[in-house]
Amino acid sequence: MAGGKAAQTVPQAAIPMDQLLRCVHCGLCTSACPTYLELGNEADSPRGRLYLMRAVAEGRLEWTADVVGHLDLCLECRACETACPAGVPYGQLLEAARADIARTYRRPWRERLLLALLRDMLFPYPGRLAAALRPVRSLRGALKRLAGLLPGDVRRMLALLPPGAPSACPPLPSVIPAQGLRRYRVALLTGCVAQVLFPEVNWATARVLAANGCEVVVPARQGCCGALHLHSGAREAARAFARRNVAAFDLDDVDAVITNAAGCGSTLKEYGHLLQDDAAASQAARFAGKVRDVAEFLAGIGIVPPAQPVHRVVAYHDACHLAHGQGIRSEPRQLLRAIPGLRLVELPGADHCCGSAGLYNILQPAMAARLLEKKIAAIASTGADTVATGNPGCLMQIAKGLRERGLAVDVRHPVELLAEAYGFSRAGDLSTGDDSSTRGARAGA
Amino acid sequence: MRPRAGLDGRVLARLAEIVGPEHVLVGNSATLVYECDGFTLERQAPAAAVLPGSAAEVAQVVRVLHAAGIPFVPRGAGTSLSGTTIPPHDAVIISLARMNRILHLDFRNRRAVVEPGVVNAWISREAAPRGYLYAPDPSSQAACTIGGNVGTNAGGPHTLKYGVTVNHILGVELVLPDGQVVELGGPVEDLPGYDLVGLVTGSEGTLGIVTKIVVRLVREPEGCRTLLAVFDSVDDATRTVSGIIEQGIIPAALEMMDNLVIQAVEEAFGFGFPLDAAAVLIIEVDGLEVGLDEQAEACAAICRANRARELRTAATEEERRLLWMSRKKAFGALGRLAPSYVTQDGVVPRTRLPEMLALTAEIGRKYGLRIANVFHAGDGNIHPILLYDERNPDEVRRVIQASDEILSACIDMGGSITGEHGVGIEKVSHMRRMFSEADLAAMLDVRAVFNPRGLCNPGKIFPSPGGCVEVQRPRRPAPA
Ligand code: SF4
Ligand code: SF4
Repeated sequence: MAGGKAAQTVPQAAIPMDQLLRCVHCGLCTSACPTYLELGNEADSPRGRLYLMRAVAEGRLEWTADVVGHLDLCLECRACETACPAGVPYGQLLEAARADIARTYRRPWRERLLLALLRDMLFPYPGRLAAALRPVRSLRGALKRLAGLLPGDVRRMLALLPPGAPSACPPLPSVIPAQGLRRYRVALLTGCVAQVLFPEVNWATARVLAANGCEVVVPARQGCCGALHLHSGAREAARAFARRNVAAFDLDDVDAVITNAAGCGSTLKEYGHLLQDDAAASQAARFAGKVRDVAEFLAGIGIVPPAQPVHRVVAYHDACHLAHGQGIRSEPRQLLRAIPGLRLVELPGADHCCGSAGLYNILQPAMAARLLEKKIAAIASTGADTVATGNPGCLMQIAKGLRERGLAVDVRHPVELLAEAYGFSRAGDLSTGDDSSTRGARAGA
Repeated sequence: MRPRAGLDGRVLARLAEIVGPEHVLVGNSATLVYECDGFTLERQAPAAAVLPGSAAEVAQVVRVLHAAGIPFVPRGAGTSLSGTTIPPHDAVIISLARMNRILHLDFRNRRAVVEPGVVNAWISREAAPRGYLYAPDPSSQAACTIGGNVGTNAGGPHTLKYGVTVNHILGVELVLPDGQVVELGGPVEDLPGYDLVGLVTGSEGTLGIVTKIVVRLVREPEGCRTLLAVFDSVDDATRTVSGIIEQGIIPAALEMMDNLVIQAVEEAFGFGFPLDAAAVLIIEVDGLEVGLDEQAEACAAICRANRARELRTAATEEERRLLWMSRKKAFGALGRLAPSYVTQDGVVPRTRLPEMLALTAEIGRKYGLRIANVFHAGDGNIHPILLYDERNPDEVRRVIQASDEILSACIDMGGSITGEHGVGIEKVSHMRRMFSEADLAAMLDVRAVFNPRGLCNPGKIFPSPGGCVEVQRPRRPAPA
């Protein structure tokens, strides 16, 4: 039952009231919200959360532990934006509210420590992440035996790591030439988590783009997109990352900025909004205008029909930040359907969140586990041997769920399947030294 | 943070024992979100909200509250447009949101058994692969619950042909306001004895809380044709409606949207409505494939005869889906035009639609309000939507006056103050104008049989019986 912590004052204008007022309280978003469907509490629905934000903005409530708790439980999956007829920019409002919370509400030390460690020190920096993971992975066996002694947060992070040795893909070269006639020149965002944990996805992306006449450049000075910061209220840090990226890409030189991570893509596309009052505002808006998800871009230019059959039954899971965040639903399916031999089956509730949601599965393990369980059950019901999804967080989360259930289902990014269909085997052709560690399938590995 | 009087620690502890402490919500921040539903002109936070997980828990919760003399209000998704779930200040909200399982789909007998918190659209979604659907399709069907549909006897575009909720409910399990559980109706049609299912359907939660519902599944029609007719005058559109009905054609749906609505839904969904049209009609005919084209053509001819400037047919299922989504989410889309709105729900004889629309426009002018119109033209059920800014108390007052005038006009024309949204808290004051004291007394007698102490959803539907205070409390405008 509810109790309150010491309240803190909130500057009135921190959450844009005009945007909050767009919510007409119709409730059409409630049935789209994963946390509401699980808990049934209005305060854990989009409408309820907006109501709480508004109550704080109007001074009827303050940021107390329970109010903040309802906002923390939000996945920022933005399914509510898809459902909302009034066009309430829920994601932006939540980000504003979270920034306000970060400014004015003092979290318990444990939460602060975890955020500082993961969000501020580790995840955005591929070098550090890789360095941190190396001993973890080689000591996995030992750590497993020690599992009982480790704090829950650490255990949950370990459970997310793909089994087996880390992939030995070399880093991408700075330019990958187009195969055949060059039709486009594109820049690739390599991501931070993806780069370390799924280097083969970046390779597959580059290969598939090249196979479709794209010269791919990999700007050296790019960094984290800032999504984790933006979603957890560290707006200034997110803006710093955005500025750095805007400067790192030579926009005159490329037709598009490509990402294969849904979460990064939806943040990159919002750089214009994020930096609207910044010196780099117009550059940021231009940058945002050039960002394309890899599936969106490929479907847009029309792909060279792949020749190599890929005999798989594939269920496609819509990453929230593709489907709800960027409205990209048909494109990945269209690409998968173009692969000979591949049978695409409909996944029930394909666009329901899997519970990954950035750092959510570490910070909100109970809800994340409930959503993952549903997702895995839905996957199992399709009889598919492969799940395809366009976001590294979902790849990790779903693979973990499948491992835990002992299901032999592969988890792949759609571009990996396309790469296979273009004849790049995971074993060697993707890069020179890929050792092809498999994800997902190895139950109990 | 202390619970209000009446609901003391002992009662709360009992409730927590029944549903689990995490499902008993008390304290400002927890109850605030329950202070209104889809109707936001009035607000009142409950003393507490409980979220039972089963029918047995509902019954136990009700028993405890009944024994303690604490009023309670059932709530589904909270999409009511008439404030049916707005509680008196000392009441407990009983939310059925956790009871959202489809218990049984029985295609051979064409029925489904569901819990009250099941979302309307889920039933058709689950039944579709077998070629069945649940026919009543209120505009909020993507979110509203079957329990709430039973409460308000919900309608929807397709009820013109298929009937409203009551025609599709075979039986319910009802927790009476004293906590007893009764089964009404059942799988067999036309049971002997009183038709209590009919009585409970539309009773707005004043006779008890429905905890299980047996609904009818109907076969999906073999085919359908969906037309969009564009008009340069609202009059022409309404004359078309009368023309179609007079010809004896019963379309599955016959819906009208006026210019303001077209602007909003076009911005929201980009269907491709012409932004300068005065009105559009959505006309759908369905049934056996044979003859459908002729029926569609007959409707098209009537449109043309009434100066439709353009006629389109949904070419694909995807186009039809988008057209219907645009129509069904029209209310919400109006949120793009103003911070708040109130949706009225009047009924007039179909022949008086043009007159009623003209009057609505005049009322809008008189009070300086923008009023949008989207409605089920086929059955004369109008939904004037009054746009306003809830931070402007003067505008709020004008909205209330204009609403009252619109509803009074409906009564004067021989219609009704609600077609499908229910009376709720909003239209209580109009009941005296619609019914004689004797009529009302008869209804209140019925309520007294089920709900003698008036604990179950007090203050709804009826004007103060014998001075029941809660219905007389003045309208409390939204906080500025
Ligand atoms: S659907 Fe949109 S307008 Fe309706 S309650 Fe949800 S956020 Fe508000
Ligand atoms: S973002 Fe997702 S979890 Fe958050 S309120 Fe919207 S639908 Fe619910």
